[in-house]
Amino acid sequence: MKPARDVGIVGYGAYVPRYRLPATEVSRVWTGGYGGVPVQEKSVPGLDEDTVTMSIEAARNALARGGIAADRLGAVWVGSESHPYAVKPTSTIVAEALGATPEVSAADWEFACKAGTEALQAAIAYVGSGMVDYALAVGMDTAQGRPGDALEYTTAAGGAAYIVGSADQSVARLEASYSFVTDTPDFFRRAHQHYPEHGGRFTGEPAYFKHTVSAVQALLDELGYGPKDFAAAVFHQPNTKFPQRVAKMLGFSEDQIRTGLLSPHVGNTYAGSSLLGLTAVLDEARPGDRVLLASFGSGAGSDAFSFVVTDLIAERQGLAPSTQSYVARRKPIDYALYARYRKKLIMH
Amino acid sequence: MRDVYVVGIGQTEAGEHWDRSLRDLGVDAMLAALQDAGVERADALYVGNMLAGELAAQAHLGTLLADWSGLGNIEAARVEAADASGAAALRMGYLAVASGALDLVLVCGVEKMTDADEESADQAWSYGMDGEYEASQGLSVPAVAGLLMRRYMHEFGVQREAFAPFAVNAHCNGVNNPCAMFRRPISVDAYIGSGMIADPVGMFDVAPLCDGAAAVLLCPGDRADELAAKPVHVRASAVATDRLALHSRADPLSLRAAYMSSQMAYAQAGVGPADIGLFELHDSFSVMAALSLEACGFAQPGHGTDLALDGEIGLRGRIPISTMGGLKARGHPIGATGIYQIVELVKQLRGEAGANQVECSLGMAQSLGGSGATAITHILEA
Amino acid sequence: MNIPRYWRTERARYRLLGETCRRCGKPIFPPRDVCPHCTEPQQDPRTFAGRGEVYSFSTVHQAPAGYTDCKPYTVALVKLEEGPLVTAQLTDVDNEDVHVGMPVEMVTRKIKEEGDNGVIVYGYKFRRPVRESADRH
Repeated sequence: MKPARDVGIVGYGAYVPRYRLPATEVSRVWTGGYGGVPVQEKSVPGLDEDTVTMSIEAARNALARGGIAADRLGAVWVGSESHPYAVKPTSTIVAEALGATPEVSAADWEFACKAGTEALQAAIAYVGSGMVDYALAVGMDTAQGRPGDALEYTTAAGGAAYIVGSADQSVARLEASYSFVTDTPDFFRRAHQHYPEHGGRFTGEPAYFKHTVSAVQALLDELGYGPKDFAAAVFHQPNTKFPQRVAKMLGFSEDQIRTGLLSPHVGNTYAGSSLLGLTAVLDEARPGDRVLLASFGSGAGSDAFSFVVTDLIAERQGLAPSTQSYVARRKPIDYALYARYRKKLIMH
Repeated sequence: MRDVYVVGIGQTEAGEHWDRSLRDLGVDAMLAALQDAGVERADALYVGNMLAGELAAQAHLGTLLADWSGLGNIEAARVEAADASGAAALRMGYLAVASGALDLVLVCGVEKMTDADEESADQAWSYGMDGEYEASQGLSVPAVAGLLMRRYMHEFGVQREAFAPFAVNAHCNGVNNPCAMFRRPISVDAYIGSGMIADPVGMFDVAPLCDGAAAVLLCPGDRADELAAKPVHVRASAVATDRLALHSRADPLSLRAAYMSSQMAYAQAGVGPADIGLFELHDSFSVMAALSLEACGFAQPGHGTDLALDGEIGLRGRIPISTMGGLKARGHPIGATGIYQIVELVKQLRGEAGANQVECSLGMAQSLGGSGATAITHILEA
Repeated sequence: MNIPRYWRTERARYRLLGETCRRCGKPIFPPRDVCPHCTEPQQDPRTFAGRGEVYSFSTVHQAPAGYTDCKPYTVALVKLEEGPLVTAQLTDVDNEDVHVGMPVEMVTRKIKEEGDNGVIVYGYKFRRPVRESADRH
């Protein structure tokens, strides 16, 4: 898919909270320290953080890199599965905090881990159609894992914000995008439940791998590219192994995914996951680099994008804290403090 | 303006009064003050109180207490200036008599803190600060003192221990005050080892919130001798205010309202700090005691703690403070505190302070609202 | 619920939106109708950058109602680089590491929640700048 006019990423920004729960803490409590761990550690939001506050910071970073005033934004769209309100968009609070109101469109997006890239697809269309000059798409989550469940090792907090604008102002112009969606209930949460359900191994081959491979393959075919044409590739990263495996299946090397693979150190930031990985790539990208972004959201679907980095990247990278500076800003906590921060302690 | 005299005083014990309600306490103190003066009627009642609305669901407190104490259809009103409410009520009573408008004016300060749980009481106490930009940030009243104490320690190179004498002195004096909430001495070690409330403000830096009521009867000069064996003359009454929020002040460590109020009081009385025999200051926190001494001219900025360390604040020192325990040991029933200070000052000037007697004929009382945003100073003479 | 009360101060809380006095030109935060410096009643809106340093701080161990869930937390007086002093919580800090003079930057965080079903109140807090804190590790 290509919009009517050329668009690209004008500004980008990341956010990861400072607290980290080592995976060994989860296994210490639940398995007596026995067994392997899917990531090294995961990020944990502080008591005063949520999807709203994290989106505000990532968006401020994106505005700083974009060099545009917030009131030029025509849309503020936040994708998450942990919006603080079920009714009252995260996006309205973010828009107000940024100074984008009142002449702006705002709404929340949900599609599990690809809510952010859905917002990105829409932002591309909104700008590409000429309706607005700039649109902000954010993927951000404060994911909750059921205590004792396998997902508890990885459910993390963080994400990224992207400002889409015209290609000639962008640090990375869009070549094309593609969306592949089916009704596949691999992982879901009913409206009034606190924790999601997941299908165990069903989340692998019929869900993550099928949709990611299908979306990427279709995009590559449409553009006539192969893996060798890309400097870097970023996949949705629910753990360490899945993105490594899907990269291999599609023919991408470990070198190509290394810079954008953050899950070993921050966990799975859900709607923020692949978008956060892309910011890390952009932080180190050079003009001419072609970058693949492929998200995956349970339910299920994958959005794939191909970007080419422009000459403007060098002067914009340093205008906001790098993703690595957020990753490096870490304070390890133990399981008890994590249980307090994530409000898992029920007062009887 | 006429001369005004204090001819009757009354007070309840300050502490936890499970059996006495807000109105019960007020009536107790009021009747005691009337009895002390040997009268049964007054022309008006001003009630100092901060939190009756928030904690007792009771507004209209002036009229309620006039009713409940059997004073009939007299003029009555509640006066509020946060922690300085009692002194503010005294100010209104003083103006009523001095102006010639009224003759016998009863002023009562009353507060009941213990009907509420501690967290709610703390929250209500914080209503004396800027609700939109201070309290809403999670600032507690002790945290305000913590900000001041930390800055004081930083600017003047003073350690926490330097504040210990304020608590030690107050508790030492509380021993001999039957109306004090705390009547046992504390040691410097106990002060140093105490737990933190809002670092660096520890448990012995904070005056205890409690229940209590105190009352005084005021009259004009020409009736003073008729009503009291030892009438006490109100030589000065002065009020000043500062920016409410600590962050709005040019120098947070300079209690400008206290300075201005005391300067006006000195001018009215034609005296200076050297003439003051004792000072019932607003020691809601030890740092406020130090800052009060500095603002009122008893010590240079940063040296209020030196005055304490040198022993000058004790009963035999150059400027005795908290002579009956102060807010720290007698207690801080918020709206009542300003009147407790006057009652204690009057007892001193009458020679009725017992083991805590300070030989002097001129004393000063100062009540501060919030973090010093309101300062109300009275100078009394035997 | 105090909805209108919180709504009125949103811009000041989310973005440090303050004022510049039209007569004396001094910066004003929080916004108010009358200039605290020269009593002029006309001001122009301006946003503060959010950079400053810790003027003083205190760690709250006994919290008032509404803030008990977050204790111990540290409140501070922050001197903004433009001049005004602001009362705010510090966040993302280890309480023992705070010192007077510490450089800080503004972030928008949760201040409180009106229970499980009421509004969430967001506003300014201050923390060590991210780039500086990353360098420390």
